[in-house]
Order: sequence, then C-alpha cells, then structure tokens
Amino acid sequence: MTIASEQIATRAAERRFSPDWLGQGFSKVLLHVVVLGITLVWIVPTLGLLVSSFRPLSAFASSGWWTALSPPFKFTLDNYSGVLGSSNLGGSFFNSFMITIPATVIPVTIAAFAAYAFSWMKFWGRDFLFLALVGLLAVPLQATFVPILKLYVQVGLTPQNVGFVGLWLVHTGYGLPFAIYLLANFFRALPTDLFESAEIDGAGTLTVFFRIVLPLSVPAIASLVIFQFLWIWNDYLVALVYVGSTPEVAPLTVTLAQLVGSLGQGYQLLTAAAFFSMIVPLIVFFSLQRYFVRGILAGSVKG
Amino acid sequence: MDFNSLLSTLLADVPTLAAVIIGVPAVLAAYIVGGEFLVQRLPDKARPSLRPWIWVGPALIFVAFFLVYPVFGTAWRSLFDNHDNFVGATNYGTELAGFPSGGAWIAIRNNLYWLVLFTLLVLIFGLMFAVLTDRVPYESQVKSLIFMPMAISFVALATIWKFMYSYQPPGEPQTGTVNAFLALFHQDPRIWIQDANVANFALIAAAVWGFVGFAMVILSAALKGIPGDLLEAARVDGAGELTIFRRVIFPLMMPTIVVVGTTLVIFALKAFDIVYVMTNGNYDTDVLANRMYKLLNVGDTGLASAVAIILVAAVIPVLIFNLRQFRAVEARR
Repeated sequence: MTIASEQIATRAAERRFSPDWLGQGFSKVLLHVVVLGITLVWIVPTLGLLVSSFRPLSAFASSGWWTALSPPFKFTLDNYSGVLGSSNLGGSFFNSFMITIPATVIPVTIAAFAAYAFSWMKFWGRDFLFLALVGLLAVPLQATFVPILKLYVQVGLTPQNVGFVGLWLVHTGYGLPFAIYLLANFFRALPTDLFESAEIDGAGTLTVFFRIVLPLSVPAIASLVIFQFLWIWNDYLVALVYVGSTPEVAPLTVTLAQLVGSLGQGYQLLTAAAFFSMIVPLIVFFSLQRYFVRGILAGSVKG
Repeated sequence: MDFNSLLSTLLADVPTLAAVIIGVPAVLAAYIVGGEFLVQRLPDKARPSLRPWIWVGPALIFVAFFLVYPVFGTAWRSLFDNHDNFVGATNYGTELAGFPSGGAWIAIRNNLYWLVLFTLLVLIFGLMFAVLTDRVPYESQVKSLIFMPMAISFVALATIWKFMYSYQPPGEPQTGTVNAFLALFHQDPRIWIQDANVANFALIAAAVWGFVGFAMVILSAALKGIPGDLLEAARVDGAGELTIFRRVIFPLMMPTIVVVGTTLVIFALKAFDIVYVMTNGNYDTDVLANRMYKLLNVGDTGLASAVAIILVAAVIPVLIFNLRQFRAVEARR
C-alpha cells in the first residue's frame, strides 16, 4: 500500500465514522436548503406575475397562479393581445425608447468630456468642483421640479412644442454627477505613461481622448451606458412630472402606473402589461449583467 | 391600437429616431472638435487655461442649471404662496405645526419607518445572502436571480407586489401569494395594503425585496476582497465560523456596509414610486416625496417647495457624511 492510498483509506474511514463528518454533512445540506429556499422566495413574486400573465381570466379570478403549474395546463396569450389592443402600451414602448436613447447618449458623452478634464487637466477650482459633484449625488430631485417646470413653461420647452427634448435635457442634468464621478474614477486610474508618451509623439488632446482614453475605457463606459439606460427606462417620477401621462408622450412606466389605477376589474390584463414593461430591462440585465454589476460596484464601493 | 396601426406609427417615427441617434452624437462630437480647433488657434500661453473649460463647460452648465439653481429656486419659492405673495415661513408652519398627525408629520413618521426598517432589513438580508451564497457552487446563478428585481422599474415592482398582497374574503380561495401562504397555517387573510396597521410594513417589505440584491452584490464583492489567509489563520487558531464572522469578516466589511447604508438611507428618504403606485399615500402610508408630488399636482407650488426643502434638509447630514468619506478616500490615494 502506498502512502497516498493509505491516507485516502484513513480519510475515508474517518469520514465514515466521525460524528464530526455527520455534523458537517448535515450543515452542508442545511446550507443548500437555506440558499435554495431564499432563492425560491425571491423569485416567487416575479414568477407569479409571469405565470399569471398567461392564465385565462376564468382561472385567474378563482384560483392562485401556482395551481397553473400542475396539469391540466391552460395557458393563453389573450392577456397580452388584450392589453396591447386596449391600452397605449405599444406607443409607450416606443416613447420609452425615444426618451431613453438620447437621455443616455447625451449625458454619457458630456460626462466623458468632463471626466477627462477632471482627471487629466489642471484648472482653477477643479477639486472643489469635483467635491460639489459628489455632494450633488445626494440631492433629492424633488427640490428641482418647481423652478425648472416654471422655466420650461415660460420658454416653451413643453412636450406639446418640443416633444421629449425638455425631458432629455433634465435627465442629462440629473444623470451627470454620477456619470462624471464613475468615469473620472476610471480615467484617473489609467497609467500616466500613456499620456506622457502620447505627448512626446506629438498627439493632441483630441487624439489622446479619442484614440487612447475612450478605447481603454470601454468597460467603464459600457457599465455607465447600461446603468443610465436602465435608470431612465425605469424612471417614473421625472417622466411623470415633465411630460405627464398623455398617451402620445407617456413612457411605459407612466402607462403601467395608470393601468394599475384604472384596471380594477381587468386585473389579469395588468399582469401582462407589467411583464411587457419588464421585457427590455430583463433582456439588458441578463445579457449584460457583468457590466451592470461593475457599474454598481464602481459607483458605490469607492464612495 | 391594433398591431398594424402600431407598426405604422412606429415606422412613421423611425426617421425621428434615426435623426436623434445620429444627430445628437454628431452635434456633441462637433462641439468638442470645434472647441479644440479654436483652442489650437490661441496663443500658446492661453491654451492650458482655456482648454479645460471647453471640456467641463457643458457638464457644469447642465449641472448648474438643472441641479444647483433649482434647489435655491425651490428654497426661495417655499417662502411664497401660490399668488406670488411673500409669506415668510408660513408654508413650513402649515407643514410642520400639526405635530403629531397634521401637515407633513404622518409622512415624516413614515419616512423614519422607511429609514430605519428598510435600511436595516436590506443590510441584514444582503449581508446574510452574501455570506451564504459565497459557500455554494451555484453562487452566480443564485445571485443573479436575487439581484434581478434591481433591473425592473419600481412601478413594475409595485404591480408585482399588489398581486402578492391581493385579498379574498376568508373562506374563498386566496389568489394572492402572501394570503395563500398564511392560509396554509390556518391564518385569516389580511388586507395588507389597505390596513393602516400593516400597510407601511407591506410597502417596505416590497422595497426590501427589490433592494436586497443590490446590497448583496456589493457586500459580496467586499467579502471576496478579504484575504483568505486571514480566515485560514483564524481557523487554525481554533476560531469557530461564527466567531470568525463577528471578529474578522464583519469589522473588515464595515466600510462597505457604511457606504451601502448611506445609499439606502438616501433611497429611503426619497421613496416615491412604490408608495404612489401601491397606495398613493392612503391608509397612513404617505411619505414626503409623495406628499410633495401631490401638492405639486394640485398646483400648490409654495407648499410643495417647502416639503421638498424639508426633504433636502433630511438629506444634508448624509450628504456631509458622503463628502467626508470621499475626502478620506482621496487623502489615502
């Protein structure tokens, strides 16, 4: 018998007889049970909504969604066609894109310019201004609505006149402190040598920015884009305040909230509407989760 | 709207969307290239002092215009009534005089519930889940399922929980998950979100469900940052797992817990969507942000501004704390 196999044999023997091992095995099983139990509790609310959204009205009103998981299976797309046909969800879906895309592109671009200056240029008041941005991260948006609304009405930046432009601008202002903070943290961590050698090669500021800084920062920019995209897509309050709930301009969140208020009896349609509003965020989340998590970590751990 | 008319509306708007997708970045790129072009034409000496302002300029203008100016504007506005007459602190008096249940006090009380319960529960569950999931081989799958609610809107979250809490009279089959669960233990169903005794807690529970994943992800990253030898050394010294958690893991994670905690506190103070969609502040569930919106909605801008400023005042300690933290981190760089 070699030493190694002898060791394996003793270990096996220990395992078989030691009460210690029994205890460990038990706690291992317990761990799995607890973790899987928690996960189950956490997915039940979403799962319930998803299952409900495919159930016919008759079943919906008389039994819980979990009964649909055992035969006979009766699923239908009626709720989806019903709610898309009778409400403004389709148009809102488009509005959400129209609001979200520019309200993501504009602040991310402007933040990239500013973050570059904050991390690699010297100017008067730089540190103070950056500190002020960090402070602004906590400001409640509620404290900005009244003056901006008044001004928008005065200069005609209302949805009737300019569509979503006013909302894009507001989202840009609101999103910038976080965007600059996240990007500046990343830009600052780029190696100094890069900039020095680029300068020696005679590269101008624009070249350094577009050819060195941006390509190297793709992961950080991707995190920020996803973050901002989901934040605007899911925003309810700002859209409600600045464009309101007229069907022509309401994004998905606003329309869904209205349906919650109005669909007292047509409850089963609401499940379909809610899930419909979640499709895009869920696709973004599950396909780009890595970047989303990175954005969250960069935004808070370093704070 | 049927499918065909929907499709035609979408197609009709495609040019607008294309113009926006191409036009907006083009304008921004033209700005920075044009700005650089101008700076290049300047005398050598002037360049380094002007260039940074070209780059930070747009951001500063946006932030000054949409965040800094309006906060002061709101503070100023809160001293006027709706007919632009100066009324001093009257609006604050209206909101704050009726202690303990008039004016804004119910909302303030509820914000305190949110602040304490929401923050603590999210931190406790988040930490617990981070530690537990760290020990199973399917960690990433489990974590992404728990984290998923962070991706959806609070309106969708509120809708989901309206269904979770739905109520049928006792004796009828319960269709809401929570009441059906209670029925398993022969408990009577409750009207969760329309009962002033429990409605606040029902709303907070829904928010906790949404945020635990956020805390878990950040805390789990901090947990993985703790050097393995440290834990190994503690084990060799004969420390049990609970002792290791209390004496080694917890203290080392404290800075991260504080950061997550401040984020949660800010959210708890600003809580709006969930309350607005689930109860609209009825059944004693009002919060400051919802009260502010309701006042704004009926055109009572003076009172709405006063409530907003109360909210700002509540956030200021957190803001100062954040700045201190930031400075400490900067000093360590």
